Amino acid sequence: MPEGTVKQGIGASVRRKEDKRFLIGKGNYTDDINRAGQLHVYFLRSPVAFADIVSIDKQKAEKASGVVAILTGEDVAADNLGGPICGWVPTNKDGSAPSEPPHPILANGRVRYVGDHVAAVFAETLEQAMSAAELIDVTYSEMPAITDLKTAMDKPQIHDGMENNTYFDWELGDEAATNDAFDKAATIVKVDIRNNRVIPNAMEPRAAVADYDTGDERYTLFTTSQNPQLTRLVIGAFMLNIPESKLRVVAPDVGGGFGSKIYVYPEEAVCVWASKKLRRAVKWTADRTQAFLGDAHGRDHISDVKLALDKNNRITGLRVDTLANLGAYLSAFAMVTPTYLHGTLLSGVYDIPAIYTNVKGICTNTVNVDAYRGAGRPEATYLLERTMDVAAKQVGMDPAEFRRLNFIPKDAFPYQTAVALQYDVGDYEPLLDRAMAMIDYKNFENRRAKSAKNGKCRGIGMSTYIEACGIAPSAVVGALGGRVGLYESAVVRVDPTGTISVLTGTHSHGQGHDTTFAQLVCDKLGVDIEAVEIVHGDSDRTAFGMGTYGSRSLAVGGTAISKALDKVIAKGKIIAAHMLEAADADIEFKDGKFTVTGTDREKSFGEIALSAYVPHNFPHDRLEPGLEETSFYDPLNFTYPSGTHIAEVEIDPATGVVELMDWVCCDDFGNLINPMVVEGQVHGGIAQGVGQALYEEAAYNDNGQLLSASYMDYCMPRADHFPSLKVENLVTACTHNDLGVKGCGEAGAIASPPAVINAVVDALSPLGVTDITMPATPQKVWQAIQSAQTKAAE
Amino acid sequence: MYSTKYVKAKDIDDAATIMASAEDGKFLAGGMTLIPTLKQRLANPDCLVDLSACGLSAIADDGSAIRVGAMTRHVEVAESALVQKTIPAVADLAGHIGDRQVRNCGTIGGSLANNDPAACYPAALLALGGTVHTQSRSIAAEDYFDGMFETTLEEDEVIREVSLPKPEKAAYVKFPNPASRYAMVGVFVAKFADGVRVAVTGAGEDGVFRASDLEAALDANFSADAIADGTVSADGLMSDIHASAEYRAHLIGEMTRRAVTACG
Ligand SMILES: Cc1cc2nc3c(=O)[nH]c(=O)nc-3n(C[C@H](O)[C@H](O)[C@H](O)COP(=O)(O)OP(=O)(O)OC[C@H]3O[C@@H](n4cnc5c(N)ncnc54)[C@H](O)[C@@H]3O)c2cc1C
Repeated sequence: MPEGTVKQGIGASVRRKEDKRFLIGKGNYTDDINRAGQLHVYFLRSPVAFADIVSIDKQKAEKASGVVAILTGEDVAADNLGGPICGWVPTNKDGSAPSEPPHPILANGRVRYVGDHVAAVFAETLEQAMSAAELIDVTYSEMPAITDLKTAMDKPQIHDGMENNTYFDWELGDEAATNDAFDKAATIVKVDIRNNRVIPNAMEPRAAVADYDTGDERYTLFTTSQNPQLTRLVIGAFMLNIPESKLRVVAPDVGGGFGSKIYVYPEEAVCVWASKKLRRAVKWTADRTQAFLGDAHGRDHISDVKLALDKNNRITGLRVDTLANLGAYLSAFAMVTPTYLHGTLLSGVYDIPAIYTNVKGICTNTVNVDAYRGAGRPEATYLLERTMDVAAKQVGMDPAEFRRLNFIPKDAFPYQTAVALQYDVGDYEPLLDRAMAMIDYKNFENRRAKSAKNGKCRGIGMSTYIEACGIAPSAVVGALGGRVGLYESAVVRVDPTGTISVLTGTHSHGQGHDTTFAQLVCDKLGVDIEAVEIVHGDSDRTAFGMGTYGSRSLAVGGTAISKALDKVIAKGKIIAAHMLEAADADIEFKDGKFTVTGTDREKSFGEIALSAYVPHNFPHDRLEPGLEETSFYDPLNFTYPSGTHIAEVEIDPATGVVELMDWVCCDDFGNLINPMVVEGQVHGGIAQGVGQALYEEAAYNDNGQLLSASYMDYCMPRADHFPSLKVENLVTACTHNDLGVKGCGEAGAIASPPAVINAVVDALSPLGVTDITMPATPQKVWQAIQSAQTKAAE
Repeated sequence: MYSTKYVKAKDIDDAATIMASAEDGKFLAGGMTLIPTLKQRLANPDCLVDLSACGLSAIADDGSAIRVGAMTRHVEVAESALVQKTIPAVADLAGHIGDRQVRNCGTIGGSLANNDPAACYPAALLALGGTVHTQSRSIAAEDYFDGMFETTLEEDEVIREVSLPKPEKAAYVKFPNPASRYAMVGVFVAKFADGVRVAVTGAGEDGVFRASDLEAALDANFSADAIADGTVSADGLMSDIHASAEYRAHLIGEMTRRAVTACG
């Protein structure tokens, strides 16, 4: 290999190419973009959770200084605009279609959550728009807010005609077989699970700048999107009725998404709509409060879990009944997240012959809930891994050994679960063994005793997770109610001098694609990493692609790049054969050189590129000039990362404060392209999972007011909450993509919450505590200790 | 933020004069509380009177007390050799307010004028039996705090400086609110020759208060053991999403024990 390539190709921890521009302040975010003559829009939001709008008096506001227009739901209705759509709609268990109530981009007659969009005020400056909004007089006729997930089904309809405030009632698995397993069970384990509601909190709030060009009658939207092509399709075809070719969507640098920037929200569409209506560019940037109130939240499930064991403590059946709070309107992937991304993961890494799950999607007067880092798989993993611990305790086994006993054995792959998925490959015991060795599991009791001497309660907890990512095979998605394909596109454009642009349909908003994808190119073509540019996020430049979420970018997008690179090499070989006057079959490509096998006759990659664009000596009879190849790759299956995470905590019983003392994990993500980037993704995922487990809670009161609507009340995980995380990997390569990769973006967030809670419960178990809900805040831990002690005293 | 007028006062009398002529003016100290309030349009003053050029930042030894100028920033108190030597508990308190940025801007005068029920300095002032000096008078701590975010300062009254008596021993222990890291419960224990004073912040429905039951217990026996569980009643304590009144009552006892232990 030429010097340097080893350090840049697959497996090298290359420093992130994109970081320079971020570190020197040269990032280009949506809010950095300004268009000549732009207006600013401010959204007047509902201060109440559930009300009919009796009247909106905007006369005074319209006369306020700088105001250009005020649009409301009436204008939306008059222009016959659509709302955000649901991208994946599973069928009800009775075979009927779920409810998809309309979601007007500005409320029409009724508001359904605090923050719902009531009016859009357009003015020369943002300050003027805000001041004018204060002059709008809205009369509401309030109704009691419906915020409690457990009782929402018995309350009046939030959307007229939607019975029991239920969007869908879905099932998966074999109920009869599962009942049978429980009838014959030696042990039945029951656990109540609450998966707390969290707020994504991307560092950059959402923003949009829309501009309509009256000359070529074309719109441009710059926006904070994880999937600009999808945004273009939804806004163009479903919301505003704009021919797709007349809408360009650009997602420039985006500061994190975690799922919340997958969906098209009303604000972005209003900007596009108004840019033509008002013949002015329109800009909107959410402030942090708007982000808390308006970005789709995550999780929010209640589940009844039952596990059946035979007399040897082997799992024979699992039943899960879940209520999922989806909020006031359906967001794009709101229905698939608690169903096909959740129910299908209930087998975990365990050999469970019978599984049945029923999930009801419930409407409440809260903001939409949708996919958030992990999307359904964290909820499934949490309930299963908590239940595994409760079960182990109930039958008197060590939690590690109880898991081991029930693992899918390594010779059972491909393994068909009882809930639709087929795991292609995996080997779970070595991951468990390694993690246990890393944390010195066998000497834990010594550490517990030492902590006890200092008045502290020490606990250890694990999670042996699996997830399904690299979403996803389009045919499977379609069969399960998906309305989109989930292939990915790549264009590899070789320039005449041999430099390379890769145009990908994925989108990087923190994941480091500029680096990881470039490494694929270095590895295949033997070029220097500086010769490679990764282009993403502009619908005018990239081929149609599906964007970044579900840890799909490398497994699907990267494979597409790999396939396009193969096509480049194949074409290069024919050119080389022509130039070297050899047969195609005699040309081999290695280390950036096309060589006639067994000779020293060779052409460099750059020479071939030049020849493709200056085709003087070129096989015109066989090839078109140019060196640019496209691949659309549709995977055959999901990918299945797995691993073991173990957390050790110390609790101060006098205050209830939980401190993380140690964290180890051993993950199997298949082959690693850039181990450093992978480790970073794992760290971030763990931090978010620990946030959910210990700190974060979106708390609504009975009136539907969000009580935790700022960082004064919403607690984010911070660097000083963490010990140094010990991250290792083992590899079983994915069997169905060229790179053998699986995906690592969400695993940390999926694996970590149950490890933390299992550790907390383990720490408190000597005090008689058997369960605690997330987040395990100091107050909750203290209360759990109090009630356990009261109970013990009785 | 609404637009407003900004004036930099030359000295404390100038500040008072400008304020008197404004309809609804506000003094601006470190701006750590005021600026976010303005940005969120929660206040709409017609004039901001900046105190930064009024020469109000100094720390001086006054025999039995130390005097701290109103515009003295938290970082200056935390790093002051004089404060560290005479009332280390106050240096420690200042050193744990907010984050570095907040400590580099926020001031003792701003903190005391704002009287946030979760702020730290009010506990120090009350436990030490300090005095707030304005351009026109001196107000004893007991007469200064007037409920959450309320003080007995007049509209155009400027805090000039604060005197804090030197105790025999003192310690401040804060249980931070997990989200904001303000005090969810903060207890300042000060032992003087004539008795123990305990002030609690972050917990009271009316803001900072003296805990007489704890003072009595510690007067009788200045040791952590003197604080039995249940000494502090939950009556009059705040309940919110982070902590119930009962949990706060428990934490007050626990933080007091820790403060007494820290007194050495
Ligand atoms: C992120 C963050 C974390 C924080 N954490 C803590 C914490 O842990 N503990 C804590 O105690 N505090 C905390 N604070 C508050 C901080 O201490 C502020 O500095 C303080 O509340 C206000 O001081 P300031 O100098 O910034 O005053 P400003 O914000 O400028 O003013 C506050 C108010 O006081 C008035 N005022 C100011 N100076 C005078 C004066 N000399 N005379 C009369 N009126 C005056 C102003 O008019 C205004 O109404 C935090 C603040 C932030 C932003």
